[in-house]
Amino acid sequence: MRTLKFLLQKEFRQIFRDPSILRVIFIMPVIQLMILPWAADYEIKNIKLSVVDHDHSEYSRKLINKITASGYFELADYSNSYKQALHKVEHDEADLMLEIPRSFEKDVVKENKAKLFMALNAINGVKANLGGAYLRTIIQDYNQEVRLEWLQMPRMNVEPTIQITSSNWYNPLLNYKYFMVPGILVILLTMIGSNLAAINIVKEKEIGTIEQINVTPVKKYHFLLGKLVPFWILGMVVLTLGLFISWAVYGIIPLGSYLTIYAFAAVYLLTVLGLGLLISTYAGTQQQAMLISFFLMMIFILMGGLYTSIDSMPHWAQMITKFNPVSYFIDVMRMVVLKGSGFWDVRYHFIIMFTFATVFNGWAIWHYRKTS
Amino acid sequence: MQAVIKADKLSKHFGHFTAVNKISFEVAPGEIFGFLGANGAGKTTAMRMLCGLSIPTSGTATVAGFDVYKQTEEIKRNIGYMSQKFSLYEDLTVLENIRFYGGIYGLSDRDLQQKSEALITRLNLQNEAKKLVGSLPLGWKQKLSFSVAVLHEPKIVFLDEPTGGVDPVTRRQFWDLIYEVADRGITVFVTTHYMDEAEYCNRVSIMVDGSIEALDTPPKLKQQFSANSMDEVFYELARGAKRSE
Repeated sequence: MRTLKFLLQKEFRQIFRDPSILRVIFIMPVIQLMILPWAADYEIKNIKLSVVDHDHSEYSRKLINKITASGYFELADYSNSYKQALHKVEHDEADLMLEIPRSFEKDVVKENKAKLFMALNAINGVKANLGGAYLRTIIQDYNQEVRLEWLQMPRMNVEPTIQITSSNWYNPLLNYKYFMVPGILVILLTMIGSNLAAINIVKEKEIGTIEQINVTPVKKYHFLLGKLVPFWILGMVVLTLGLFISWAVYGIIPLGSYLTIYAFAAVYLLTVLGLGLLISTYAGTQQQAMLISFFLMMIFILMGGLYTSIDSMPHWAQMITKFNPVSYFIDVMRMVVLKGSGFWDVRYHFIIMFTFATVFNGWAIWHYRKTS
Repeated sequence: MQAVIKADKLSKHFGHFTAVNKISFEVAPGEIFGFLGANGAGKTTAMRMLCGLSIPTSGTATVAGFDVYKQTEEIKRNIGYMSQKFSLYEDLTVLENIRFYGGIYGLSDRDLQQKSEALITRLNLQNEAKKLVGSLPLGWKQKLSFSVAVLHEPKIVFLDEPTGGVDPVTRRQFWDLIYEVADRGITVFVTTHYMDEAEYCNRVSIMVDGSIEALDTPPKLKQQFSANSMDEVFYELARGAKRSE
């Protein structure tokens, strides 16, 4: 215990004497949480639309008005021919092209049937996909309106239409910030935790002070605990800061209890710090440690369910996410914040995270060598 | 008297390279033992094995009565070590470094208090006690580093080129410290490239290409090689060295 006291005292002194660490710990999360949620937006807006209207009729104008009034599209171009419009797409001035045939109004009125042509710029797949879906919905809506106009009097033989009304459970307004902010907070905690722990020990290797420690009777787990505890405390401070920003800037108050979040974060931080320590026992230089943790971080983030849903990944990828600690914390965060889940609902997450923490820290202690 | 360091055919291989080749020697308690050799002769590797930092490939050795294979942690409790690289924390103050290293060797608060005061007075660092170690001149750092290595009164202290890059006056002061420590009964095991320092040692061994080629008191070595100074003795032996850095 006494040894640990001296180790902790030393670590805290060094941390508070290094302005760059303090900057990383306090300023980085604030800035990232203020900026990222505004940019990491799932909704597609400002889709540039190019319209080729061969009909120039009242109906075609109404349709175009309706599309631009939806707020998702901006009329980037009004071309005379398909070829011209394609040119716009090729120069990236339009994402989506809608061609209205010459006989559009006539067909709607007389034939009860009209055709439209839609072309999507699929270089940005998400934009093309969602833009196309939006446009389809708007045109369907327009179709309904046209029908109503023509079916003023209910007749016997009305074609049945199905109307769907939906409500979004847990996030009624589908506010994506409720969804993203807790996830981004998890990533921040992960990056700060594993990077700082990894770099810290490797730095001692580089300047040679670790040799002096290795020649003292300090036990391996004392030394690693001396590194783990300070960063664990800092991680909790960052979490508090992050939750405060979520509340102050985005008005996010978890439906569930803060206690569940803190309890899970406590175990989670042990896991990421353990991973950091593990990296440091393998890396010889700070560059190596940075590269390894950067590589892992990419996988953790892209396979953690923050930006893309794990359920829609292929089966083998879903298996990989099972070994990704980040995915569990993001899951827990969203469950607690949006759904109000309690401790009992996330008990399996806790068990798995405990296992991760034990494995990483145990492995780090085992692999750290005082004697080569 | 029982030897405090005993090495018998101690060897270390790194792959096909034999860094240390079957060295055998004994060091008596309270002795100042000079461990000489050209760059790359294997001095640091040998010293690291004796400190429990590196496990030997073959041979046997005991340090303070403990086995270098199995009892490395017991060895560490009984030795002090000053490595070639300066290894106090530059972002801690003089006093903080003393208290940290004293603390992890298990000194009591009262001991820490007394010893750090005595150390600071001895080294005339009263005005620097609260300054960061990184801001001290090299000579002062080395003296501080040495004093910290013997703070816990080890049986043996290992010094790896402690005076490299230090001016002659400070080197002299450094050797005064070494003598003080030896007078307290602490065995000093020191490597150096300065042959005038070799004269200060009770006994000297000279390593060439991983093996010990000569081991005796400086006067006897000079006699043996019919040389006027340790410098000449060293040249005589090191000239035949095949490997260098």
